Amino acid sequence: MGDDLYFTKDHNQVRRAVRDFVKKEINPYVDEWEEKGMIPLHDLFKKMGDLGFLGIRYDEKYGGMGLDYWYELIFLEEMAHTPCGGVPMAVAVQTNMATPAIADFGSEYLKQTYLTPAIKGDMVAAIAVTEPDAGSDVAALKSFARKEGDHYILNGSKTYITNGIQADFLTLLARTSDEPGYNSFSLFVVPTDLEGFAVSKKLDKLGMRSSDTAELFFDNVKIPAQNLIGVEGEGFVQQMMQFQHERFAAIPIGYIGVVDIINETIEYLKGRIVFGKPLIAKQVLRHRIAEWLAEAEALKQLTYHIVQMKMEGQDVTKQISMGKLLSGQLLVKVADGCLQMYGGMGFMNEMRVSRFFRDTKLLAIGGGANEVMCEIISKTAGL
Amino acid sequence: MSSDLIFTKDHEMVRKSIRDFVNKEINPNVDEWEEKGLTPLNDLFKKMGDLGFLGIRYDEKNGGEGLDYWYELVFLEEIARIHCGGIPMAIAVQSCMATPSIEQFGSDYLKETYLKGALKGDLVAAIAITEPDAGSDVAALKSFATKQGDHYLLNGSKTYITNGTQADFLTLLARTSDDPGYHSFSLFVVPTDIKGFAVSKKLDKMGMRSSDTAELYFDNMKIPAENLIGVEGEGFIHQMMQFQHERFAVLPLTYIGIEEMIKETVKYIKERIVFGKPLISKQVLRHRIAQWLAENEAIKHLSYHIVRMKMKGQDATKEISMGKLLAGNLVNKVADGCLQMHGGMGFMNEMRISRSFRDSRLTSIGGGASEVMCEIIAKTSGI
Repeated sequence: MGDDLYFTKDHNQVRRAVRDFVKKEINPYVDEWEEKGMIPLHDLFKKMGDLGFLGIRYDEKYGGMGLDYWYELIFLEEMAHTPCGGVPMAVAVQTNMATPAIADFGSEYLKQTYLTPAIKGDMVAAIAVTEPDAGSDVAALKSFARKEGDHYILNGSKTYITNGIQADFLTLLARTSDEPGYNSFSLFVVPTDLEGFAVSKKLDKLGMRSSDTAELFFDNVKIPAQNLIGVEGEGFVQQMMQFQHERFAAIPIGYIGVVDIINETIEYLKGRIVFGKPLIAKQVLRHRIAEWLAEAEALKQLTYHIVQMKMEGQDVTKQISMGKLLSGQLLVKVADGCLQMYGGMGFMNEMRVSRFFRDTKLLAIGGGANEVMCEIISKTAGL
Repeated sequence: MSSDLIFTKDHEMVRKSIRDFVNKEINPNVDEWEEKGLTPLNDLFKKMGDLGFLGIRYDEKNGGEGLDYWYELVFLEEIARIHCGGIPMAIAVQSCMATPSIEQFGSDYLKETYLKGALKGDLVAAIAITEPDAGSDVAALKSFATKQGDHYLLNGSKTYITNGTQADFLTLLARTSDDPGYHSFSLFVVPTDIKGFAVSKKLDKMGMRSSDTAELYFDNMKIPAENLIGVEGEGFIHQMMQFQHERFAVLPLTYIGIEEMIKETVKYIKERIVFGKPLISKQVLRHRIAQWLAENEAIKHLSYHIVRMKMKGQDATKEISMGKLLAGNLVNKVADGCLQMHGGMGFMNEMRISRSFRDSRLTSIGGGASEVMCEIIAKTSGI
């Protein structure tokens, strides 16, 4: 309630267009893609790119729609209605995780060659930061890009890379110096058709099954020097800023996904007769749901506040970390609680709640674990 | 940070004048009033009335300031910084709990005679709903007002009445019919100088000690018929609307109270050396605090959303109930957790945290218990 305070007719038109697309072009295929463990990303992204969905907030010069953060929020809210986590995640990698750094720090060449096709849906992007020995502890990265004349020689490996099997290019963070500290890393655009690139493994996951996840290997990959994003040595700092877009994208699903699964659970509880009465008649279940709804509403309003801050160009690191923390926790709690309310039926793979339960666990881990969010909140709050 | 998106210079001016008043006229006396179990309300309210603080959002023609809900919020946020819960509560009774229905439904006579007096600080008000056998279950009320010519004869009792030993008038809900259902109640202004009124007991409480709480007794009190607020039989409905103002007031009082508690605790654990290091260096404590800060921030922005809804005249019953539920739950958790971080020192009455712990426990009970909030959320969500 009260959504009319934030959204105009123009917003609602965009919302409707995204919603229609999700219903027609995504939802009917979700079960098949989940089963296959793969979404045909080139097909899907091309369709989305043609409609302008992949570059909502990006400059029209690069094929974007030139809209603002409120429209991006609407896009994320509508994607979150998809009845699985894998597809929205794959899309968000393209729009919010692998491309913001190119738009913010990339050269005109990189924008024309990689950002524009990513926005049009002609190229699939992935973000390659995590390594077998470096997840949330980004500074522990070992992949190394050594400058040699007009190129860099990249060696190393990356893991847990969403869209990694299908990606045309990676936005990749590697060491460019052995010096300790945060100024020894650089961000690159790494095309996957270069010699020495290999998908070493397609990873098998608990959830997010429709989204492909890869372990990647780099053996003397020759990256043109012009593929450096921004300034050499500033990649860590640039990635920290890119992370804000990634983490923000993890918040709308917190209040949209939770309310969707609650609504589905309520319908189930209304039809499920136990001891002669519908299960919804049990006060303990209704109160549990009421509390989840309250938490979802508060999270939503924190999110809208973040959008307002972003619109004013304010630093939202603390608020985004708070939102991501709460989103991950609420999803995990509600997924578990709703599955419980379904009883044995909730344990069956045919029910959406079992997929929701498996998919949502990642929201408390990916893009910076809950514990990392707590560290950031502590630091930014001066603790 | 980011509060500049919401508050203007005019808001900040009002904020500053209230903050100055709290620091000069209230905080230096809190310990004494807590000790006595009584705040000199006629004195305090007169001073506040002279400055226009008691009628921020009320019409100027009734002695108010004619400002809007944002200013009321600012007022509530600032009185939340008083060094105890009892005084903010006593003030909120005057401005948000006992007077809204007189403004909304009362005759010109009632506004002139009681509302004006309350806003000027000449009269102390109390809200008299709860009875020994009827708390959250308002419909179980037994106090009865029988119409007899140009007056009503009131018999019965009320309990847990804040400001009750000092009040000049009560805004009181009583039965006016034995019929079952919600149309058998009426709201009255009951002056306490009418014969038959008695304070049967001054109640002794765990916390909120500076605020006086009374059990009241009515023995054939003759209430002039013109003291009926609004329509006979509609008192229950009038009171449900008045409750929204009361419950809303709880939100700023709580999220600011939580901020203050955390601030004081952080200060303490920065100075407290344990095993050779300040206690704040313990990650488990920092993460616990980070979690509370995130939850509190979400409640704050839900509250701001509610103000926006109120400004547009929208029904905020569901959102207010959500906010009160979350605020009550969180303050219980934070008060307990902060006291824990103070260790043995937190158990000493000289520490503000021990008072906060005792005072804040009322939040999830008064003005409708958490369980009642869950019922309202469930109903308004169609569960």
